[in-house]
Amino acid sequence: MAYRWGMAVDLDRCTGCQACVTACRSENNIPTAGEQQASRGRAIHWIRVERYFEGEFPNVRVKYRPVLCQQCDAAPCEPVCPTYASSHNEDGLNAQIYNRCIGTRYCANACPYNTRFFDFFNPSWEKPLHLQLNPDVSVREVGVMEKCTFCVQRINAAKVTARGEDRTVKDGEIQPACAQSCPSKAIVFGDLNDPDSEVSRLAESPRGHKLLDDLGTRPKITYLEGR
Amino acid sequence: MSATEDRLTNDLLRPLFNTSWRFYVLVAVLSSIVLAGLGAFAFQMWRGFGLTGLGWPIYWGFFITDFVFWIGISHAGTLISAILRLVDAGWRKPVTRCAEGITAFALMIGGLFPIIHLGKPWLFFWLVPYPNNRLIWPNFRSPLVWDFFAISTYLTGSLLFLFLPMIPDFALVRDRATGLRSKIYGVLALGWRGTTRQWHNLETAMSIMAVAIIPVAVSVHTIVSFDFSMAPVPMWHSTIFGPYFVAGAIFSGIAGLIIAMAALRHFLHIEEYLTPKHFDNLGRLLLLMALLWGYFTFNERLTVWYGNHEAEVNTFMVTQSGTFSPLFWTMVVVNFVLPVIILGIKRFRTITGCVIASFGVCIGMWLERFLIVVPSLGHKYFPYSWSFYRPRPTEIVITAATFAGMVLLYALFSKFVPIISIWELKQGAHQPHQPDPIEDVEIAEAELHRTHA
Repeated sequence: MAYRWGMAVDLDRCTGCQACVTACRSENNIPTAGEQQASRGRAIHWIRVERYFEGEFPNVRVKYRPVLCQQCDAAPCEPVCPTYASSHNEDGLNAQIYNRCIGTRYCANACPYNTRFFDFFNPSWEKPLHLQLNPDVSVREVGVMEKCTFCVQRINAAKVTARGEDRTVKDGEIQPACAQSCPSKAIVFGDLNDPDSEVSRLAESPRGHKLLDDLGTRPKITYLEGR
Repeated sequence: MSATEDRLTNDLLRPLFNTSWRFYVLVAVLSSIVLAGLGAFAFQMWRGFGLTGLGWPIYWGFFITDFVFWIGISHAGTLISAILRLVDAGWRKPVTRCAEGITAFALMIGGLFPIIHLGKPWLFFWLVPYPNNRLIWPNFRSPLVWDFFAISTYLTGSLLFLFLPMIPDFALVRDRATGLRSKIYGVLALGWRGTTRQWHNLETAMSIMAVAIIPVAVSVHTIVSFDFSMAPVPMWHSTIFGPYFVAGAIFSGIAGLIIAMAALRHFLHIEEYLTPKHFDNLGRLLLLMALLWGYFTFNERLTVWYGNHEAEVNTFMVTQSGTFSPLFWTMVVVNFVLPVIILGIKRFRTITGCVIASFGVCIGMWLERFLIVVPSLGHKYFPYSWSFYRPRPTEIVITAATFAGMVLLYALFSKFVPIISIWELKQGAHQPHQPDPIEDVEIAEAELHRTHA
């Protein structure tokens, strides 16, 4: 049976520590923009921690929300791409095929979550960060879009291993960099087609909701939050 | 050839045979601006798209605004020419070619922007369906692919529509010119001899094209509007966008035409042919379109405000009273208040009045497109990702270059082609006799048989 990768993010556990952001950056060879370019909106964050304040002073509550590509089942980014650079793969992921991309940036406009990023320049890393590139992840050149892949290189590696051992991928065997680095275990990753996986269980939780559910994008990430 | 016809021909062919030094200066100045634009584009390709002012999450800015603007301007030719041809409005005759020229050049310029704005412009041909080594077609669900078909169809159609009625005039130039020039125009005239059969074929072709080009023109700007209305972005995702864009396109197209006609009249000294009557008529049309545009804008905004969807109202407020409000209210003044006052009062509807209103409309319609593209992208659903956009020199230079390019192409056009259709004017001079083409063909064929026999 095919996999259908999904995620659950427990907002009550999230402390806003940004470990996921850093881990994602080093796992996925995301270039650093630098102060000036970042101020012009060229910083790339496949995952970001949005910070919101609720209530009026002095009764203020701060809330954190890690936002990454929601890997929608009905993804608005896919039909608008003229070259199929943004397309669904067999595991239900919104794949981004860098060498098909010609940089119309339409997908980023169509994405209601703003989780797609454009490479305005060829990538560069401040020394010594250039020594820590991940050999399993391609480096994106100027003029293409990039976004969270659910660490597809880890997914593929686990699938290859499992196939070699003539079994399916076990629950918890794959951890994307963000989930792996989360100190409070707020991020859970797994197969939504497996009814026994932890992520399937959490997706059914009464505390769960989807981001911008009313837009009909059918995201594969469930956010858990006490009411 | 009668004396009036002779004078008419002389007047209208004068720009082709006499060129003053001022023309060369104009061409030099405009060409240098165009070259600056090309240089900016080349530099942008070399250094990366980061030379523009775009950034997360506002990924479309000046270039897409320019794209929609120029495709909008291109709607001048179709409306004036095709519709007025179909209803056989006699006053259109000196106006049609000016208008069709605008269509062709504005489309060529507008069609460049989908390429300029790409992250990898050198791969633009991946938008074109052709058998290729990647073994995939372009994605026919993408409005950008629809754009490709719409614009290429419209460009082909309007080039034909422009070229067909030029054939008799090319023949006229061929007969008057000598040497190389005669040869070139001879090729362009496609062996035109002015036989009854040729006239009949031309008239038939023109009627077919006039009917065919109208739905194409309407669909082109509807499809351009689909670039926005297909995406779930606040204040883009609207059913009104199709007709709203078409109305806006015709609106700015007429404004562009009035400006071009006033310039031609002034610089080519053809005051006799482009008369205040023409400006008065076009002024009325512009007034109608201003009212229509005002109606559509009111409709679009009222439903958003009344619907009170959170993300949409945020975008609405930021244009209405937030950071973009100076641009919004400027747009309302120059697109609606100013044209309605100037063109609504007969005393103000002079050539100068029409030109002032038209400049206002061109500025206003450019702003309208900017206000559609940018505020929505900067105010999507999460307040966390709200942002602002400021253009940078590359975008400004390239934008300026397209305006210079338009004037340049148009100036050259008026130099190489009689900008007013000479044969149509002559035909007008022979009114009211309307030859019946079918009868003429029968007579011509009968004659042909006689000579062969």
